[in-house]
Amino acid sequence: MAITLDQTISQKQQSWMAKVLGSQTFWILVAVILACIFLSFATDSFATTKNLYNITRNVTFVAIIALGMTLVIITGGIDLSVGSVLCLCSMVLAVVMHAGYSIEVGIAAAIGTALVIGAFNGILIAYLDFPPFVVTLGMLSIARSLAMVASNNTVVFQFGPDHDKLLALGGGAWFFGIANPVLYMIVLALLIGFVLRWTRFGRYVFAIGGNERAATLTGVPVRKIKVAVYMISALSAGIAGIIQTGWLGAVTTNIGAGMELQVIAAAVIGGANLAGGVGTAFGAIIGAALIEVIRNSLGLLGINAFWQGTFIGSAIVLAVLFDRIRNFRLSE
Amino acid sequence: MAVLELANISKHFGAIQAVNDVSFSLEAGQVVGLMGDNGAGKSTLVKMIAGNFRPSHGIMRLDGAELIMHRPVEARQHGIEIVHQDLALCNNLTAAANVFLGRELRRGFGPLRVLDYKTMYRRAGEIFRELKSETRPRDLVRQMSGGQRQAVAIARTMLSEAKIVLMDEPTAAISVRQVAEVLNLIRQLRDRGIAVVLISHRMPDVFTVADRVIVMRRGRKVADKPIALSSPEEVTGLITGAIEQV
Repeated sequence: MAITLDQTISQKQQSWMAKVLGSQTFWILVAVILACIFLSFATDSFATTKNLYNITRNVTFVAIIALGMTLVIITGGIDLSVGSVLCLCSMVLAVVMHAGYSIEVGIAAAIGTALVIGAFNGILIAYLDFPPFVVTLGMLSIARSLAMVASNNTVVFQFGPDHDKLLALGGGAWFFGIANPVLYMIVLALLIGFVLRWTRFGRYVFAIGGNERAATLTGVPVRKIKVAVYMISALSAGIAGIIQTGWLGAVTTNIGAGMELQVIAAAVIGGANLAGGVGTAFGAIIGAALIEVIRNSLGLLGINAFWQGTFIGSAIVLAVLFDRIRNFRLSE
Repeated sequence: MAVLELANISKHFGAIQAVNDVSFSLEAGQVVGLMGDNGAGKSTLVKMIAGNFRPSHGIMRLDGAELIMHRPVEARQHGIEIVHQDLALCNNLTAAANVFLGRELRRGFGPLRVLDYKTMYRRAGEIFRELKSETRPRDLVRQMSGGQRQAVAIARTMLSEAKIVLMDEPTAAISVRQVAEVLNLIRQLRDRGIAVVLISHRMPDVFTVADRVIVMRRGRKVADKPIALSSPEEVTGLITGAIEQV
């Protein structure tokens, strides 16, 4: 016999290269890079420091939430409430600081709000078996309404004694001229990427998405993990809300409206599978980047902004199309 | 001495008597075929041993000590492993990840402990080698054949020193060649001194691999004898009720 059992067992099926070439995230990354190269030549304004600064910063808000959303999607769930949670957390921060409290108190209140909402979503989904779609759809409505209640539907643009600190937090560039939000995004992406790859928690998140019953039978604390995942999702929306408040310097009750769809789009374009079990932190960032590059380029190329939705929608369908083609090949 | 002993076990759900006064014992290194028609009480019996249900009457003893379990996880702590009919595998994870699911090895200190991929791949490879199964620890379960999937599910039971392995219809949905593979896996377990309970509808499998056959009918045990002293015809008669009891 030419091949022994030992050789078969220790053989690696796929090389590192094949794995990279087979991943949706890689091809989206290629698309982003090609688009950037094309835009640098086709327009004078794309490859300017100012535009790149803008793009990278604009990416962050969707990207940070997409990181949390990716965890939820890997477990096979969905969180439609993130846009409203972002709004509510921004508003809590704004109202608390406007009332004269320090930035630390404001941030603590905003993060606390996010965690409570995430825990509420998670407990209903994990312990009472509500469908995630319904619970988070309800929260989408509730959180925005609470933001209106908290602010009496006004615009808050004065943040008390720590006003400048908050604006520096979101609008500054403390490190080599890179916008602060971009730094936060990179740190969070590394953190989530590490958790998914190297921790038992991350392994369980994938296991739940792959086969929830199997996870339960093998002793994985499925319910606790699910609650944690929805809390992380809400937390990521809260963090994005805090940063966005600092950047905009004002909070209205319609910020983050419709953002959940962009966030889900970013995660899906980046390779997360809505059926659960698949997704990466890097993919979430790349997906968000592609959306932002499309949006930015349409403006620079002088294409009517009404086309934006068509292009982003096509990107979603195309990204998933590649995934389908690969699956067809695998099943043959 | 018997590894597991069931004494006068009964289980009823409301007015339905699922298992009625069943007693038997399992010896180490023995394969017992548990047979019976749908609704004969096989699954209920197995679920009690697996810690899913508690018996209404009677007691179970493990190595002579009374065995009381409140949750399925406890069965594993007692050295009772279950191979579920649907195998309970996550298709999106590797073979090694499935083998170690819920029992991941980690390295590092305190809160900074990370998954120990290297050791898990190595251990999983060793187990597959022991099982003489051509299964690669790094492959995704999605891409595996029925026999390999069984090997992954069975490898799980070999992580710790299991005393008893319960297998629920392991040969129900796989090809003929793979059935032979699975029966070999069962022999490997037996040779390690594990007591195997094989729940099956397939007469040839039970007669190929089992040392003893227990037949259930309408919640009662109607036969419990060495396989050499029985025959497929007799067992069929016992299952259908043509033969009352032996």
